[in-house]
Amino acid sequence: MTEPYYDREHLARFPDIGRARPDLAKKFFDWYGAAMGDGALSRREKALIALAVAHAVQCPYCIDAYSKGSLEAGADLEQMTEAVHVAAAIKGGSCLVHAVQMQVHHDEVSM
Amino acid sequence: MNPLAAEGPTTSDPAARFAAKLREYGVPPLHADRIETLQVNVGKLCNQACRHCHVDAGPHQHGSEVNMGTAVADQVIALLPRLRPQLLDITGGAPELNPNFRRLVVAARAAGIARVMDRCNLSVLFEPGQEDLATFLAEHRVEVTASLPHYDAGPTDRQRGAGVFDRSLEGLRRLNALGYGRGGSLILNLVHNAAGAFLPARQAELELDYKRELKRRFDVDFDHLFCITNMPIARFAQWLRQSGNYERYMQVLVDAFNPAAVAGLMCRNLVSVGPDGTLYDCDFNQMLGLPLHPSRAAVQPSAVEPGSIRGEAGAMADHPSRAAVQRSAVEPGSIRCNAGAMADDPSRPAIAEFDIEALQRRRIVTGDHCLGCTAGAGSSCGGQTSPGDAVVPAP
Repeated sequence: MTEPYYDREHLARFPDIGRARPDLAKKFFDWYGAAMGDGALSRREKALIALAVAHAVQCPYCIDAYSKGSLEAGADLEQMTEAVHVAAAIKGGSCLVHAVQMQVHHDEVSM
Repeated sequence: MNPLAAEGPTTSDPAARFAAKLREYGVPPLHADRIETLQVNVGKLCNQACRHCHVDAGPHQHGSEVNMGTAVADQVIALLPRLRPQLLDITGGAPELNPNFRRLVVAARAAGIARVMDRCNLSVLFEPGQEDLATFLAEHRVEVTASLPHYDAGPTDRQRGAGVFDRSLEGLRRLNALGYGRGGSLILNLVHNAAGAFLPARQAELELDYKRELKRRFDVDFDHLFCITNMPIARFAQWLRQSGNYERYMQVLVDAFNPAAVAGLMCRNLVSVGPDGTLYDCDFNQMLGLPLHPSRAAVQPSAVEPGSIRGEAGAMADHPSRAAVQRSAVEPGSIRCNAGAMADDPSRPAIAEFDIEALQRRRIVTGDHCLGCTAGAGSSCGGQTSPGDAVVPAP
């Protein structure tokens, strides 16, 4: 059987990035914890943002982590699906809006 | 005992992950420190059959061997003025369907028990013969703690059965009309369970959602929301295994272990009584067939030797029912025999021999299912036990 490139078990080994330059890993995890902790946004809002970004950057580890995180923050499937649609809309929009650049180029060189 | 009742982590996880977690965080073996709550499970008879039920309750559970009879109810009633718990917590099944339910309520009120709680599934209010139940509860100032997994019909009906959400709303409206949940003295609590193999949301945040949405959508009010973690035993354990989620869920509980939740564990201030009068540390141990440790002699943590946390696992390993439950995992047909052996066990702790002093200092029987009460913000019959949680999901 072909070994998958992504292994779900690797997520739990994320702290291992500190094997080298643990000082940098510590700065990242401290900052990460602070950014995801309680603040002006609720934990659920942050989890849904993270879930949307996870899809946009197509990170399977992040999708696993924030599907779980969103559920544990009280989000339901409709809210999670809407978050992914927001990510997809921005991704789609960011693609389409470049069509203006394409049109400018077209117009510059066309008779 | 129904075969499902023995389904739980103790049947298949000899590694004792709960004991290992206590050891990892330097938490001493669990002991009771007082008895504030007497929780009485009057039996498995219920008009519903929910998928997350740790009791394996249902309409089929009407036998006298799984429901409390008058003799045991009399023993509970006799104990009340002597014990005088702050809370008498009556559960089931649907406890109201037991003919002794109302006797227990009346006796508790006569004994001056401050809080008498009915764990109500709401739909029972509309069962034949229960037409006056809501009025009875109000007249006796019974605190109603009612299951409502979500303010949406979908998750609720998936967990509790088709049409349960609508009947639950009808029940809530009836209770509201009597003054329950309207800010007066009639207390109405709701219980939220996660609809799957994940931890419930933070109680304080979800309570705000429940209050806002139930008011906006249905003009329904309540007092408090209790978020309770689904325990990996009985029917929920069966679902976890059938859906391939068992190990993943256990890992969620292990990863989310929160040492701060240990202090608020309900077993430390509660004694649970089974339908046959057997005493347990909690309703979950009751469903796993794990009565109070037969020695019941208090061993104070300070008197325990280094490495004694191994004794916590040892308490389980030495428990006479431990072997029976483990056998049941490999011999499905043997569970009834094991239950029978328990019933004949002369060391079985029974309500007739309720030694208040010893029970207040007893050592608590634990197992890996206890990880359900220490995960995240903690969990108890009164909801979450810790203000925060230990988990930040990461990458």
